[in-house]
Amino acid sequence: MSQAGIKRSFLARMIPRLTSLARQGPSGWMVIVGIVIVAAIVIMTAISSWIAPYNPIETNVGPLAAPPSSQYPMGTTDLGQDMLSRVLMGGSIMLQVSALSVAICFLIGVPIGLFSSYVGGNFDKAVSLVVDAVYAFPGLVLAIAIASVLGPGVINMALSIAVVYIPSYFRIVRSQVLSIKELTYVEAARSVGAKWHTVLSRYIFPNVFPSIVSVATINFADAILTAAGLTFIGLGVSVDIADWGYDLTNGRKLVPSGIWWVITFPAIMVILLALGFTLVGEGLSEMLNPKLER
Amino acid sequence: MPLLEVDSLTVEYKTNRGRIRAVEDVSFSLEKRETLGLAGESGSGKSTLCLSIIKLVPPPGVITKGNMKIDGIDIMKLPEEKMRSIRGRKVAYVFQDPMTSLNPVKRIGDHFIELIQTHEPTIEKKVAIERIKKILENLGILPERINDYPHQFSGGMRQRIMIGLGIALNPSLVIADEPTTALDVIVQAKILDLLESLRDVYEMALILISHDLSIILERCDKIIVMYAGHMVEYASNIELHKNPKHPYTQGLLRSIPNIELADQKLSAIPGSPPNMLNPPQGCRFWPRCSSAKKKCSVKEPPLVDVGNNHFVRCFYGEEGVVGE
Amino acid sequence: MGLRTYVITRIILTIPTLLLLLTAVFLVMRVLPGDPVALHFEKKATPEQIEQLRRLLGMDKPLWAQYIDYLLGIFDVRYFLQHGYPNLGKSMYQTSEEVGGQIFSAFPATLELAIYSSILASVMGILLGVVSSKKYNSLSDYSIRSFGIVTYAIPVFFLGIVFQLIFGVYLGWLPTGSRITGIDRPAPITGLYTVDSILEGNIIKFVASVRSLILPSMTLGIVLSGVFLRLTRTNMLETLRLEFVTAAKARGLSDSTVTYGYALRNAFLPVLTMMGLQFAMLLSGAVLTETTFSWPGLGRYIYERISYRDYTAIQGAVVMFGLFVTLVSLVVDLLYAYLDPRIRL
Repeated sequence: MSQAGIKRSFLARMIPRLTSLARQGPSGWMVIVGIVIVAAIVIMTAISSWIAPYNPIETNVGPLAAPPSSQYPMGTTDLGQDMLSRVLMGGSIMLQVSALSVAICFLIGVPIGLFSSYVGGNFDKAVSLVVDAVYAFPGLVLAIAIASVLGPGVINMALSIAVVYIPSYFRIVRSQVLSIKELTYVEAARSVGAKWHTVLSRYIFPNVFPSIVSVATINFADAILTAAGLTFIGLGVSVDIADWGYDLTNGRKLVPSGIWWVITFPAIMVILLALGFTLVGEGLSEMLNPKLER
Repeated sequence: MPLLEVDSLTVEYKTNRGRIRAVEDVSFSLEKRETLGLAGESGSGKSTLCLSIIKLVPPPGVITKGNMKIDGIDIMKLPEEKMRSIRGRKVAYVFQDPMTSLNPVKRIGDHFIELIQTHEPTIEKKVAIERIKKILENLGILPERINDYPHQFSGGMRQRIMIGLGIALNPSLVIADEPTTALDVIVQAKILDLLESLRDVYEMALILISHDLSIILERCDKIIVMYAGHMVEYASNIELHKNPKHPYTQGLLRSIPNIELADQKLSAIPGSPPNMLNPPQGCRFWPRCSSAKKKCSVKEPPLVDVGNNHFVRCFYGEEGVVGE
Repeated sequence: MGLRTYVITRIILTIPTLLLLLTAVFLVMRVLPGDPVALHFEKKATPEQIEQLRRLLGMDKPLWAQYIDYLLGIFDVRYFLQHGYPNLGKSMYQTSEEVGGQIFSAFPATLELAIYSSILASVMGILLGVVSSKKYNSLSDYSIRSFGIVTYAIPVFFLGIVFQLIFGVYLGWLPTGSRITGIDRPAPITGLYTVDSILEGNIIKFVASVRSLILPSMTLGIVLSGVFLRLTRTNMLETLRLEFVTAAKARGLSDSTVTYGYALRNAFLPVLTMMGLQFAMLLSGAVLTETTFSWPGLGRYIYERISYRDYTAIQGAVVMFGLFVTLVSLVVDLLYAYLDPRIRL
């Protein structure tokens, strides 16, 4: 991007990009809707401490386990906490954990994938074998195994989830690199003496990048669901922050007593967030690999 | 009564980016034991035209105008059920690429059995297998290979299997789409000979599609030259040889290398086929035509009868003024 | 190579994969936390108690010795023949209990749930995928696709609770409790209640076991069908464009023959490969589903053991999951080789 020149506002730069996305047809629309949903939730979580009517962890701000009403639009928990505030602020843990795990996956999975497939030969075969074994393993079970020994906490949770999904990045990077590696212009670059890291960063990586973005967004959705799953199993973070995962677990115990609102509203938020990322990911991958020429 | 009659056929593809007139206003007829050659560049509409004859134009393609009759039956209004019984039985289509036209997970025997049992449901499997073995023999394939899979055969053999599937039910019309493009020259000649002998034995009509004009000139009784969806010339083989009238046809004939002329400079038609989303106004060939005049870029020339069952879509012929 | 050679080679290749898997689990569960025994007690025990437990479990030996013990235990055929389950060590929580035995009794429940959920997910997913691909870009296509995307985004335990509420509480059609227990159970032959009740010839027990299976399988099946749906649709869209499909239509073959015998038969192959991987996803989902429905399988076993901090048990269960997945992927690969003649010839 240019250093000098007029700095246009973020929105001004985004709008032409969004309109060109929209013109791509239904897959472009999917991406836009997905981005809007995710952006809305992120913004909501970011400003939640200013707009939340009550302190989400403070007990007894209202009657215990009250159904939704005009004063408490999403009802209260069995401890008298306001659900609306909990819902507004509860996304923070989940977003942090997912973002962190996606970042870890990206920072570890992509370089290993690039390097291993570029080098090729037996090294590549060995690494692939290990990665494939992890990939084939049930994700949540692996995350449970790791999380159970690491203990609670945002970073530990992110690590457990990251280990499960690193193989996806590795594999997609590897398959792309293998197909690009033998293309003539890469060979040409190598024949003029470009060093391997130059070839990787300047020739191969830019072509691999779009697929990685698509994998990353779907990965985000999976991370969110896995984080919810881990919390549900009892391997979540501590209680003194509002967390959708926690409400899902706690809310479930309340359902047999007819208290449906503690689990439902956080669940809807989780669904929306996962949906948003999935839409972006699906839309992107369809734009990259159009099914039919029209 | 002619076996096949096509009248003013127009086929369009309705895509996101616009409408493409892949075939426009094409008319011709075909009798038994006649071979019709369809010549033209890739994208000129030859395959689309022939797929329309069996009403299998892939979406988003639609037949928007015209009439077609097979053996006097109007097939435009024919319901899909009846059309399906014509396909494979009365009209057979042999596809271009033998590598991708056979189902990789089915044995070739099963390809034939399915075909026969679809159209003759009462036939016994044993009888069918005997018939299939005979067909394979006639094609020059060992009958024992009836249980082999497509990938176990070479390209030439696969093409012969495709042809075999085409003639298995004694159709009245066989459409061969570039039957030789994927093959080497020697096998090409064999395949074309095979098609011709089958035509004589079974009294079929044959439509041969090719972008190789020399093959068409060698083997066909009647020839249609296609350009950008238009039928630009339609004449008998002899007429076309003696008296080509359309500049495009002339260009094609000139570009066929002559083995007897030493040091011959290869001539080609300058330019490239038009963008079908936005074809040139007037005659679609005018940007590449050495004889083009002002009129050609404004009005589309109509199809004109120049006698001897010879039709040209051009305002000016080789000699003098033709048409309006 | 013929089918037989391929089968043998593939089976032999399972062994290194298995070893890799077992080593990985060992590394995670024994090496990563440093000292799982201390972790178990959460600093609430005396050093003598910790040492005592460690000796009981054989975890006072050097790490490499523990690794050997661990591998030998799993592959101990004599033990397996004697007990009917592999030696996965003793439970940290109750050292008199064999982890292998506990897992063995929990496993069939998970197996039964996995089978029916897979059937539901694949049948629903594939059929919807085929329909969606044939009606490309129509309203049905978009609705089906949306269904596929949305169902995947729903946390499986939430869907389970919703189903429990709707079908169990409000409509009262189906039991909200878990698997049938006690005298209602059929005599255990395979451990799968549906199969056993048929083998026993008892229709009432069969119906009861089916009824208890419906909600959990439906929950897990629906969430997973989305993946199959999208995958089938994508592959069908590509395959339907291929020339041999048009060639089949040009021969006058019926629509169903072309769709299923030509298009799906070929499009299905990559879907089958995916199925092997999706099975892993199914097991993850099973853990949550079992917890939601109190279904007494491996998933709920893990959930339980987490609260007890019983690391040897968790390790055993994880190993079991790994073995299960390896076996299934082996079966899928063999099936694939049978269906696609190109891969072996």
